[in-house]
Amino acid sequence: MSVLVDATTKVLVQGMGKTGRFHTDMAIAYGTNMVGAVHPSRAGQTETFTGETDHSGVVGRADTYDVNVPIFRSVEQAVAETGADASVVYVPPPFAADAIMEAGAAHVPLVVCITEGIPVTDMVKANRFLEDKPTRLVGPNCPGVITPQDCKIGIMPGYIHDSGRIGVVSRSGTLTYEAVHQLTQVGLGQTTAIGIGGDPVNGTDFVDCLTLFNDDPATEGVIMIGEIGGTAEEDAAEWIAANMTKPVAGFIAGTTAPPGKRMGHAGAIISGGKGTAEAKIEALTGAGVVMAPTPTDMGSAMLEALG
Amino acid sequence: MKVHEYQAKALMAARGLPVPLGRVATTVDEAVAAVRPLVEESGNPVVVVKSQIHAGGRGKGRFIEHPDVRGVNVITAGIEGGIEAAEGAVRNLASQMLGSTLVTIQTGPGGKQVSRLYIEQGIDIDRELYLSVLLDRATSRNIVMASTEGGTEIEVVAEETPDKILREEIDPAFGLLDFQANDIAAGLGLEGDAARYGARFMKALSAAAMELDTDLVEINPLVVTKDGRVMALDGKVSFEANALYRHPDVAELRDVTEEDAAELEAGEHGLSFIKLDGDIGCMVNGAGLAMATMDIIKYVGGEPANFLDVGGGADQEQIAMAFKIITGDPNVKGIFVNIFGGIMRCDTIANGVVEAVKDVGLEVPLVVRLEGTNVELGRQILDESGLDLVSATDMKDGARKILELSR
Repeated sequence: MSVLVDATTKVLVQGMGKTGRFHTDMAIAYGTNMVGAVHPSRAGQTETFTGETDHSGVVGRADTYDVNVPIFRSVEQAVAETGADASVVYVPPPFAADAIMEAGAAHVPLVVCITEGIPVTDMVKANRFLEDKPTRLVGPNCPGVITPQDCKIGIMPGYIHDSGRIGVVSRSGTLTYEAVHQLTQVGLGQTTAIGIGGDPVNGTDFVDCLTLFNDDPATEGVIMIGEIGGTAEEDAAEWIAANMTKPVAGFIAGTTAPPGKRMGHAGAIISGGKGTAEAKIEALTGAGVVMAPTPTDMGSAMLEALG
Repeated sequence: MKVHEYQAKALMAARGLPVPLGRVATTVDEAVAAVRPLVEESGNPVVVVKSQIHAGGRGKGRFIEHPDVRGVNVITAGIEGGIEAAEGAVRNLASQMLGSTLVTIQTGPGGKQVSRLYIEQGIDIDRELYLSVLLDRATSRNIVMASTEGGTEIEVVAEETPDKILREEIDPAFGLLDFQANDIAAGLGLEGDAARYGARFMKALSAAAMELDTDLVEINPLVVTKDGRVMALDGKVSFEANALYRHPDVAELRDVTEEDAAELEAGEHGLSFIKLDGDIGCMVNGAGLAMATMDIIKYVGGEPANFLDVGGGADQEQIAMAFKIITGDPNVKGIFVNIFGGIMRCDTIANGVVEAVKDVGLEVPLVVRLEGTNVELGRQILDESGLDLVSATDMKDGARKILELSR
């Protein structure tokens, strides 16, 4: 078991440019079922992917792959032709929010947006548009979602993952990799790892992911990685205290970040005294989350939380 | 991206938002020349001379070179001595303010050099209010925030009298609705014409914020004049960097002299860099990991000299530039390179580090921690480079080693 994506997930890619092509290739090598692409200027063409199988992914495959991915003009057409139930967006920032909304209009159940640098106003509109659609957005500005050995949607390196018992949710890409790597090393593995992204306005949040993991029988514990800015971690702490039945470990980045400065991520900013690492660590500790004092301690914090 | 008050007010005026008359001056003569037309046009004998820097607290700020001069000065000479007396006072002030260093609670002790003044008409103020439009991350919506406590920092109001803060959520599909604007106006105690002008101001400001992709618009104070008009006495606007591509006219307002030279140079090379006060430089891939690297340096007892995220796809040239920027800080006594290779491969980083060190030279200890894609190859490149560097097994190990070596 897992959350959001599994071996049956059929994935569309929106934006078959250089980045989209590269990561589609990596996803196919991993064993993800990439069923189609949306790229209006290339509608009707087929993109062929060949190469050596990434055996850290879906098991029991041949050593090489040769896959044809049809390209469509619109998400609606692509869904009608392929039955896709997830999409991944690599569209450049000026057009990415529209791509998200197009997937919403086509009622794609899961949209994962990797694109970094989408204007906030566009995301405010996109979230408003998705309010009455049966679509869950993950991201933007995130590494994506992976259920090890089943389905990889996004830009994360597949081989550091291992199918296992822990759910991972994070605002930071590389810190997700750190956590995943340590969980693999200590033998816990992951059920699903979700990057919710570093932007101030995103789709799926910590509480959504914690809810999913809490309800997933295969997930035995969760590690959540937050950072300065906003109050999503405080909200998560409140939810954990009231609802979470599984052990949670955590880490918050940005203890040393100066106020008023955007620390790389658009959403990583302490403004008006709000969004400090201290407040988040205090809230999560108060909710019973085992906090790792440094990223090196994330795996051991998870072990400690599991008891 | 921040802009100066005079630029913010010009953008507001262009969208029908009432602001006082004013003229910008970069020389003493320009400042003096602004007085007569302002007094004649406004009919108000008072003029205000305001330092233009990208920091708040100017009114209470003082100049290092002239400790008795404040960052914002009200000239009432025109009331008794006529325009000539006001001009004389402005000449005296402008010659002390221009080129001098203003220290406010937001500039830090080093202050900021004032190279522009804004000469503005005086306003007969009845009430001072607070108004802002900003993103509420929890709801993914912009909100209008208002308070009767104008002139006070909103954080202080929020802390001490949170019930005095009024909020209305802006639905992006509809904008701020009439009844919402009227509710805020009523909540601020505005009546009659002032209520009408206030509501109109809020609607126009909300629309401008959406149109211009602002991060924050803050009018503090928003004033009600003695004759019942509503006007922005100050204006702080910052724009979202990701949306500047669609506002070339706004992008042109950028004043790079207000920004840190190293941060600017890093940005031009696609690197995200922020200078800090410590002595251990760091170079990291990924924003979260870069923050966590600073934190872990502090955790083991050191002080980070910077935040530096080289991003997910940096090439050798960018890594060399990152090294140059870090070593350009004379405070740096050691460098910690912390990489978790995902899409970015460790061998690329290793080659970049080797080339950069050969190019830039290295006079301080260097600790490198590599993990992830092609890590063995990366370590091999570093080992065989003959460079005087120390490898670390994990982040904590690396942080401890660089601290030890730099002491």
